[in-house]
Amino acid sequence: MNTALPNPRTPPSLTLYGVSVPSRLLLGTALYPSPKVMTDAVKASGASIVTVSVRRESARANSGMGFFELVRSLNVRVMPNTAGCRTPREAIATAHMARELFATDWIKLEVIGNDDTLQPDLFGLLEAARTLIADGFKVFPYTTEDLIAAERLREAGCEVLMPWAAPIGTGRGLANPYALRSLRTYFPDTPLIIDAGIGAPSHAAAAMEMGFDAVLLNTAVARAADPTRMAAAFAAAIAAGRSAFEAGLMEMRDTATPSTPVAGTPFFGLDKS
Amino acid sequence: MQLKVFVNGEATVTSAATLAELVAQFGFAETGVATALNGDFVPRGARQSTRLAGNDKVEIVSPRQGG
Repeated sequence: MNTALPNPRTPPSLTLYGVSVPSRLLLGTALYPSPKVMTDAVKASGASIVTVSVRRESARANSGMGFFELVRSLNVRVMPNTAGCRTPREAIATAHMARELFATDWIKLEVIGNDDTLQPDLFGLLEAARTLIADGFKVFPYTTEDLIAAERLREAGCEVLMPWAAPIGTGRGLANPYALRSLRTYFPDTPLIIDAGIGAPSHAAAAMEMGFDAVLLNTAVARAADPTRMAAAFAAAIAAGRSAFEAGLMEMRDTATPSTPVAGTPFFGLDKS
Repeated sequence: MQLKVFVNGEATVTSAATLAELVAQFGFAETGVATALNGDFVPRGARQSTRLAGNDKVEIVSPRQGG
């Protein structure tokens, strides 16, 4: 990206709520053509955290535990979400149900405020976050790039923030790089995970070059023609972007400067003699 | 006694007196689902003592794929 950050102070490994996380790629488990492709994609991505959800179970189907067993076989940490919830009350009840089912106090908190953009309702999000933190949850709020919302969520006790890149499922990449860079600069020590809107590995690399700590993906991998290869492509891009951030990017300039040394150029000044 | 309750949005008539009995009547594995009653979470251990009333709205959920 076009602005170099100061020497990164972030530690080499990612720590979320006291848990050291080896991979900076988090992967969703939805929308894959088959369970086999999903598990292959998770393995290829190297993800150490995958997102899951809860849904109404149909009578006598008992299909949910089969899915959970499959995810458990991957030896990754699961992070349930509250996808589809539109009020704090729904999100809170859903989080509690997810905690019981998945036996984890981690929750990706979504409170959706708009049907077209699936934009987080930041007011409802904050309210739900406060309640869930009081109930002992480790809340990962799906938020926008809004600085004040981020500040309030931090004050409420969210140790990690998950700002969107663009609306869920759009694949548009970093819609507002200026605001995301501001967020990164404003919260240098808070783990920030870009969640939603990433479409291509280059988008993920750009987010990592900006200094974001990790990227959460789903549609971009699951809807690829070859999800397993795309998962590997994202893993490479995220690793490259992170390395670039740690290496320290050059500053962008408006004018050209030669990269080849000028001194000793043959024929230099010949026409003037 | 028969009660009309809503399970996952569908009206159903049940002889179950408690949430635990309802979960069992539907054939759900006890540990495979989580429950809510009228919008509030009911922990697994409280289902037995949670009595149903007419027009109660029960949610019974299980693990699913998510993003």
